[in-house]
Amino acid sequence: MSQLETKNLNFYYGSSIALKNISMAMQKNSVTAFIGPSGCGKSTLLRLFNRMNDLIDGIKIEGEVLIEGNNIYAPKVNVEGLRKQVGMVFQKPNPFPKSIWENVAFGLKVNGIKSTSEINDRVELALKQSALWDEVKSILQRSALQLSGGQQQRLCIARALANEPSILLMDEPASALDPISTAKIEELIYELKEKFTIIIVTHSMQQAARVSDRTAFFYMGELVEYDETKTIFTNPSKERTTNYVTGRFG
Amino acid sequence: MKKIFEKIQVGILAGSSLVTSLTVILIIIFLFSEGIGMFHESQLEEGYVLTVNEANPVTEIDATSIKNIFDQNITNWKQLGGKDEEINLFSIDDLSDFYSDEQVGSDLEYLDTCMNDYVKNHENTLAYFPRKNLPENFHGKEIQVGSISVYNFVKGKDWLPSASPVAQLGVLPLLLGTLWVSLGAILLALPFGLACAIYMAEIAHPSVRKILKPIIELLAGIPSVVYGFFGLIVIVPLIQKLFHLDVGETALAGSIVLGIMALPTIVSIAEDAIRNVPNTMREASLAMGASQWQTIHKVVLPYAKSGILAGIVLGIGRAVGETMAVLMVTGNAANIPHSYLQPVRTIPATIAAELGEASYGGLHFKALFALGCILFLFTMILNIYVQLVLKKKRVK
Repeated sequence: MSQLETKNLNFYYGSSIALKNISMAMQKNSVTAFIGPSGCGKSTLLRLFNRMNDLIDGIKIEGEVLIEGNNIYAPKVNVEGLRKQVGMVFQKPNPFPKSIWENVAFGLKVNGIKSTSEINDRVELALKQSALWDEVKSILQRSALQLSGGQQQRLCIARALANEPSILLMDEPASALDPISTAKIEELIYELKEKFTIIIVTHSMQQAARVSDRTAFFYMGELVEYDETKTIFTNPSKERTTNYVTGRFG
Repeated sequence: MKKIFEKIQVGILAGSSLVTSLTVILIIIFLFSEGIGMFHESQLEEGYVLTVNEANPVTEIDATSIKNIFDQNITNWKQLGGKDEEINLFSIDDLSDFYSDEQVGSDLEYLDTCMNDYVKNHENTLAYFPRKNLPENFHGKEIQVGSISVYNFVKGKDWLPSASPVAQLGVLPLLLGTLWVSLGAILLALPFGLACAIYMAEIAHPSVRKILKPIIELLAGIPSVVYGFFGLIVIVPLIQKLFHLDVGETALAGSIVLGIMALPTIVSIAEDAIRNVPNTMREASLAMGASQWQTIHKVVLPYAKSGILAGIVLGIGRAVGETMAVLMVTGNAANIPHSYLQPVRTIPATIAAELGEASYGGLHFKALFALGCILFLFTMILNIYVQLVLKKKRVK
């Protein structure tokens, strides 16, 4: 069984359709990259996986999104529980204006963990997993806003990891970062794959090629092609994919 | 030609700014020069003198002691640093007890002589009479009545500006009245205002917000006299009935009316502050499995804290300076408040109520300006504080 699966998924903003009949499956402990030109629906799809689109007015969803076989859009789904299980990292680093420790502990606290020693352990683990521990272990009480952009983004990853999710959604996580920070994030994604199922939206085809196992190419709300990353970049079956990955449009 | 025209335009703009700032500065200078003037003014009722026998060692009595003498609380010169003798209060009305009509004269033409005679022959007297009756070669000594000190002004417990023979100008009851009423107003307005701001900014559907926001802002446009009238007709009788009071005009009534008046300020500033919280903060919180309430409580409100604080302080500022509505519902008794169910009098209400009866340029008149200075300093400090808070936030 796949970790994450969509079945005949249609998504509407008001009357305009944003995603058309998406059916795809993502395997456990793999990295899937979503690529495509702006407005193709890749971010929208990503945000459907943790129901972040629920915040928008006038949306309509048809079809199913299954996580480990359960439809997350079924009527009685606990959305908060779902979001705990499906972590998300955003395009721009968005740490809270609190201390580094408070940022990572946030998810644990809102999910009802009271024991300080447990929180401390999990904060440390999350910061180690996001390769930030050595840089911040002596300044945990300092404001997260004093960190560099790249550090802030890794802090946001740590914050998501502290909840011990099974799936990690990353919405262009390196687009606001410099090349060195980007390289660190990519390295991190590679390591995190062992424990988490990662879906990453990216504008950079090189990034998709470097970090992902499988790549999905979207165009105008449709899933054009979804295959092994190697195949997509070297031998795609659709002409539109060829044109996009070779830079002829987009 | 074009250049000259532009220069004239610039000149007009600069001139307008100059006039505006000059006006503000002039008003402040006027306020303070009048207000500070009260500290140089004798507290004795204007046009009167206090005199004693030449042999009396006492030369100066402060205003509080004079009040105590007239209230019979001080009866011996010893208490004022003089000889061990009873104080014999003498005023012009007592003259007929000691002198016959003939001696005084039918048209009171010998009144001066009689006064002179009396003061000369009674070593323990303290005579109080109009300055115009002061005899030419007076055989007594004029008592100096000191001017009020800033300390006594701020700490004095009595506000009796037209008391005779000395005005009592203690600002404490007015200051406390103002603070009580304002504090009560904020305590009432804050929970409602904040709840309303949170609802409008975070929870309400945009269409609900579109209706709610103008309604609340409309509250700010209602003239304060209307609030006062509403308070007088509705809130005052309600309080009277609810608490079985003799009069419903109380600090509580003032607080309720002011609280309603401060609501729009608090709501609109707090709402702006909450709406200015970046959406990425909300998303980050929600994406971590926080509920909407946890997001508001743990992320949005802490982020908007300084803006909300600014709203509260500006709301207090409005409450402190409000005059008309408070004047109408608080009962205006210049007592130090002990409970919210007592009448109080605030500083602005005092100025509005008493300026008409204070003689121009007199002590009372100047004292009212001094009250204005206190009010001005208070609101200025609040405003500076708000600026600092908001600036600090921007720097961060």
